[in-house]
Amino acid sequence: MDGSFLGGLAIVFLAAVITNNILLTRFLGMCSFIAISRSMRNAWYMGLTVVFVTVCTALINYGIYFGVLVEGAPLLQTDLTYLTFIIFIAMIAAFVQLVEMIIERFSSRLYSALGIYLPLITVNCAILGVNLFMIEPDMDISFLQSAIYALGSGLGFLLAICLMAGLRSKLEAADVPAPLRGLGITMIITGLMAMAFMGFTGMVQQ
Amino acid sequence: MSIYVEAVLVLGILGGVLSALLALAGRRLANYGPCAVTINDRKPVVVEGGGKLLETLYDQRIFIPSACGGQGTCGYCKVEVVSGGRTVLPTEIPFLNENEIQRGIRLACQVKIKQDIQIKVEESLLSIKEFRAHVSRTRQLTHDTRELEIKLVEPATMQFTPGQYVQVLVPGKGERIFRAYSISSPPAIDSTIELVVRLIPGGVGSTYLHRVEVGDEITLTGPYGDFELDEDKKTELICVGGGCGIAPMHSIIRHLEKTQSRKPCTLFLGAATAKDIMYQEEFEALKKRMPHFDVHYALSDLDASPEWQGDRGHIHELVQKLVQDKPGRQAFLCGPPVMIEAVSRVLHAKGFTKDRIFYDEF
Repeated sequence: MDGSFLGGLAIVFLAAVITNNILLTRFLGMCSFIAISRSMRNAWYMGLTVVFVTVCTALINYGIYFGVLVEGAPLLQTDLTYLTFIIFIAMIAAFVQLVEMIIERFSSRLYSALGIYLPLITVNCAILGVNLFMIEPDMDISFLQSAIYALGSGLGFLLAICLMAGLRSKLEAADVPAPLRGLGITMIITGLMAMAFMGFTGMVQQ
Repeated sequence: MSIYVEAVLVLGILGGVLSALLALAGRRLANYGPCAVTINDRKPVVVEGGGKLLETLYDQRIFIPSACGGQGTCGYCKVEVVSGGRTVLPTEIPFLNENEIQRGIRLACQVKIKQDIQIKVEESLLSIKEFRAHVSRTRQLTHDTRELEIKLVEPATMQFTPGQYVQVLVPGKGERIFRAYSISSPPAIDSTIELVVRLIPGGVGSTYLHRVEVGDEITLTGPYGDFELDEDKKTELICVGGGCGIAPMHSIIRHLEKTQSRKPCTLFLGAATAKDIMYQEEFEALKKRMPHFDVHYALSDLDASPEWQGDRGHIHELVQKLVQDKPGRQAFLCGPPVMIEAVSRVLHAKGFTKDRIFYDEF
């Protein structure tokens, strides 16, 4: 492993966390972002669950896509990429269900912390988004890079939702004009945060 | 041609593998085997693990109140879990205070039975029965409110006290959904009960009860509610009802009439407009027959019903104006939460202690 290889991974990681933050630059996963960011504790657990599910499903779907679906893949030669959407969705949903059953069985404490967020992220578009961006032809990433990209995107979601939870706890004491209370001010803040994150764009050369 | 075959093949295999995996996990992981459920000091009953406590108790003929169909949104189904309940879930936290969490109070709809479990249920809930019944009469009270008379079939009679309520089962697929309705008939009539149902657009319970016809079967559980009428004839009773919160008041006042009670009783009724007022003629007639009974109305919609000669404003303002400061009284309130809160505040200021004010929110 030479320096440029590790440097490449670091760039993928930083780009996923900050400059291409899945939430604040693509606006994916907004529903859970807004619904769960009312308390820091919930935001933290929701974020961790998203990190875990994103990384695992990205690895599995990477295998399915490049092993089966893409033209000239080792298992089937035909181009079946038009099935990507439906297969990725089914895969993520099944994986989340399975993980829920496993932690419900084996860890009561973990279930108590994460259990209620798992059904929420079964259809979280941020996770499907990461899975789909990863296979874009111009990304051209390796298995390891896709793992790092998924990890970075998940952590980016965690960062954004925790920042939002922090801001919203400050907002509790703020004098917000009545029509903007709740969802309205949250949307405005999300927009401001997105602009702040875009300020990082020049820092990482892609 | 082969591209279609391959596509179907890939989807089929992947779908099959995923379904098989989930089915296997369901059988292996979500299978908790037989678990013993101990309720109070009764003999433990063995049930198949994996089910929800609320449903299991229902199967054991113990009817815990619940209004949201096990969704964890009403917070009514509280029971004390002594052991085997595992950690409190975040879905329960909004409904439990610190003290309740310490005591092991849980929402029965959120607790899954995964091991032997010991619970405590209030004794009063153990005597609640399930009734098979049918609709015997219906009457339109106002433009959006219907009175239903329900004939009890099995068991054929219900012993209740005025002010109590029943839970009506709303038929449908999936989890059992119940909706609570106060009984508006007096306890002296025990083979039928009357309910007052206001149609709420989109509401499952009221839509169902506005559709049923005479002769249709109804399943209900009850009676619930801890209002106890102070039978001392010197104790003055203040009743405040908003909208169809009139139902329990109707039961209480007809009970007083039937028992020829000499207890002083003042009824305050709040409605939005004159056409929302229920039982007005009946109460006016009762007022003439019962020297100790009085009734006052207030319309909250200040511009509606220009022909209205009576009071206007919120009902708590009328209570503030007319209720005297004197000891030895009991109050019963039924209506929307804001009304209950406003009226309670007025009554507290007039010297009512907490244990002398009973209320039912809806």
